[in-house]
Amino acid sequence: MSLINNINKVFDHRIRLGIMSVLMVNEYADFNMLKELLDVTDGNLASHTKALEAAKYIHVEKQFIGRKPNTRYTTSKLGELEFKKHIDALEKLINKH
Amino acid sequence: MKSKDYLKDITEIKTLMNKSSRFISLSGLSGIMAGVYAIIGAAIAYYLVTNYSYGTLILDGKIFRLVLLDLILVAFFSIVTAIVLTTKKANKNGAKIWDTTSQRLVVNFLIPLVVGGLYILIILNQQKYGQAGALMLIFYGLALVNASKYSIGDIRYLGYIQLVLGLIGAAFPGYGFWLWVLGFGVMHIVYGTWMYFKYDLE
Repeated sequence: MSLINNINKVFDHRIRLGIMSVLMVNEYADFNMLKELLDVTDGNLASHTKALEAAKYIHVEKQFIGRKPNTRYTTSKLGELEFKKHIDALEKLINKH
Repeated sequence: MKSKDYLKDITEIKTLMNKSSRFISLSGLSGIMAGVYAIIGAAIAYYLVTNYSYGTLILDGKIFRLVLLDLILVAFFSIVTAIVLTTKKANKNGAKIWDTTSQRLVVNFLIPLVVGGLYILIILNQQKYGQAGALMLIFYGLALVNASKYSIGDIRYLGYIQLVLGLIGAAFPGYGFWLWVLGFGVMHIVYGTWMYFKYDLE
């Protein structure tokens, strides 16, 4: 049971997992960078970043570069911890089978 | 979800982590070409110095300026070739040539290189030219090690080799020229060939 408990429902989606993967190895990523890497539509990406933000796993920072609005995402301490737990749980599940 | 899906998740996580943080479209062929240019450049410099300058370099002489020009041309052709071949490879891979990963790579590569280049020019102006070859190898080695975090990790080893050659050159300034040829010429060709077979032929 404990294994299943560590599988995080918030991460149980390809795109959310993708967003977290990118943010784990980069200082930050902006909206367009995530969009290109994950190959998703604006609306789709926005809904998933909102879900991660609501869970307090990522920080969202809105700013202007020149006159263009730019949204930057970074992981929170909590997000990093939960992501690592989730990966560990995935790996254990794979090894069990 | 079945374990197969979990495995797919893990694979995808790893791919995304690599793709988002490293620029991996560097062309091995451009390494080979850089080595060839370096050897041609070194041969020209050797010819100039032995035939027109009695084997020694006088700092404000005409020959010295020609050797400097020779060096600049080697660097110029190496960079142009690297940009052209890497762009080609990136296009083939469907990767962007100028994105966050390549920008980060260029910045981190250039910091040690530009600082080193300026430092060498400064000490040349102070008539200290015995260490120039060794310093080029050392700063280039540091640039490669620094850049390896943002590209194919293997370029770190080329960096280590340049650093070792540079330190040997610093201890034995008389061999500076030959160590330069070994580092910038031969090692580039060896390394470029290895990278070509490892990554380009896929």
